[in-house]
Amino acid sequence: MSTSTFAMRDSATMLRRDIRHSLRYPIMAISGLMVPVFLLLLFVGVFGNTLRAGLGVATPAGGRYIDYLAPGILVMTAGASAAATAINVCIDMNEGIIARFRTMAITRTSVLIGQVLSSMIRTLISGALVVAVALGLGFRPTATPLEWLAAAGVFAMLTLALTWLTIAFGLQAKTPAGANSLSLIPQFLPFISSAFVPTASMPAGVRWFAENQPFTSIINTLRGLLTGTPIGNNAVIAAAWCVGLTAVGYVWSRARYNRYVTR
Amino acid sequence: MNARAAVRVVGLRKAFGDKVVLDGIDLEITEGSVFALLGPNGAGKTTTVQILSTLIRADAGAIQVAGFDVSREPQAVRDTIGVTGQFSSVDYLLTGRENLRLMADLHHLDRRAGRLRVDELLHRFDLVDAAGQMVMKYSGGMRRRLDLAMTLLGEPRIIFLDEPTTGLDPRSRHTMWQITRELVAGGVTVLLTTQNLDEADQLADRIAVLDQGRLVAEGTPNQLKRRIPGGRVRLHFRDAAAVSVAARVLGRASFDDDALVLDIPTDGTPRSLRSVLDQLDERALSVESVTVETPDLDDVFFALTGAPHHALEASA
Repeated sequence: MSTSTFAMRDSATMLRRDIRHSLRYPIMAISGLMVPVFLLLLFVGVFGNTLRAGLGVATPAGGRYIDYLAPGILVMTAGASAAATAINVCIDMNEGIIARFRTMAITRTSVLIGQVLSSMIRTLISGALVVAVALGLGFRPTATPLEWLAAAGVFAMLTLALTWLTIAFGLQAKTPAGANSLSLIPQFLPFISSAFVPTASMPAGVRWFAENQPFTSIINTLRGLLTGTPIGNNAVIAAAWCVGLTAVGYVWSRARYNRYVTR
Repeated sequence: MNARAAVRVVGLRKAFGDKVVLDGIDLEITEGSVFALLGPNGAGKTTTVQILSTLIRADAGAIQVAGFDVSREPQAVRDTIGVTGQFSSVDYLLTGRENLRLMADLHHLDRRAGRLRVDELLHRFDLVDAAGQMVMKYSGGMRRRLDLAMTLLGEPRIIFLDEPTTGLDPRSRHTMWQITRELVAGGVTVLLTTQNLDEADQLADRIAVLDQGRLVAEGTPNQLKRRIPGGRVRLHFRDAAAVSVAARVLGRASFDDDALVLDIPTDGTPRSLRSVLDQLDERALSVESVTVETPDLDDVFFALTGAPHHALEASA
């Protein structure tokens, strides 16, 4: 068998291990799902009317706030799920089994790739569940099957980027608490983006930040695909952010993993 | 040198920051033998194992395992070794059987061969009943057995056992010793680290004593025992007056007044023992009890590492 066959086989073995962990210890996955569902209920049920009144022309066709909000919440799902990944990785790296893997003649990156794949599966399932909850609350997307597919693709790209980045966080942090604080970044950044209100309504400095941070272009692309608002150059910018963050996360993770010493 | 070396280390150095952990270590471990690295906590035993098993890099030194250079050919080294660490290298969220399956998969055994090997190891390590339980619920002894079973799944030629019995009860310790002996009978080379002198004496063909990053002695258990003064007769008395009279009679200047004991060096023969007792009888000195002490590794250990450093250098 060739090296790349072994690489795939080892990664699949590691993926099976990580999936077993998720099934035996589902609390992290569940908490990653609770946050976006809670936000959805809060912003639709509690703040919804006021926000809609202030939203004006930015609302999608039907003029309902949930149609504006749902794509942003979807992006927050990826952020919350990524936080779980950082903590999982940090805990896992302190286990003796990782030291054993390092002394074995296996494909070195398979440990990380297994974690990326399991984390992506978890996040994609969470994303699907959040969309289902949003639909139940009255979200009425206008997307064609092709646009749904494209939206799923954007979500997957975002998830891949955030996963590699949070795996690096998990490897960088010495304790799970440290990993958790680093992963607050992707969890809180969407609050200062176009997720809840249009960036045009924000004060100048904040507005500049909101318009240029990665989540806004990704949210605008998803919103355009799902509800028909204009996308413009957001799609290109979103793709560039995803590719760039994936590359940074990958290089950072590999460097940390190769340097990591368990005692 | 006729026998091939499984491990060959020359001038190994390692420091963490400005703390020197290994200060120029030379080792040669013959294939198919058990080599014990004996030393107290912090002597550098675990660091040595971590370097030999490619977990961390040495700062300096030529290090070969199974003929491969650890820094240039780490994957080739990893292919021949197995490591069972002081801290369990098992997956706590998997069952015992799943842990072994994981190893079978990572060694690229096909499904059938993997299952057979897993069953064989579960049986051999007395883990059949616990095979379906999560490792989190295992006792310390069970974890250590599973750990070693996982190490053996890939049939390594060289095994590093880093303090394999630390924290185990005597029964589990004897089980581990038994397993180690079986391994060696099968031709495997074992590098064992231990703080337990009895363990090194029981298992090892050769012992190196490590203290503060330096090897202070190396040899067979018998050679090491010979490096310290011979045996002695320990006489226990009822009162201090008797001790002091006996000390004068036997020509011993120093004795422990408080413990009421007197140590007399002997060559361990019945004749020398009788001579001591005869001399005491002539003076009608009554001895409470007599014990004959043969030198053990404890004596070696204290003679070599417990002594102040300048004394060591003077005798070396």
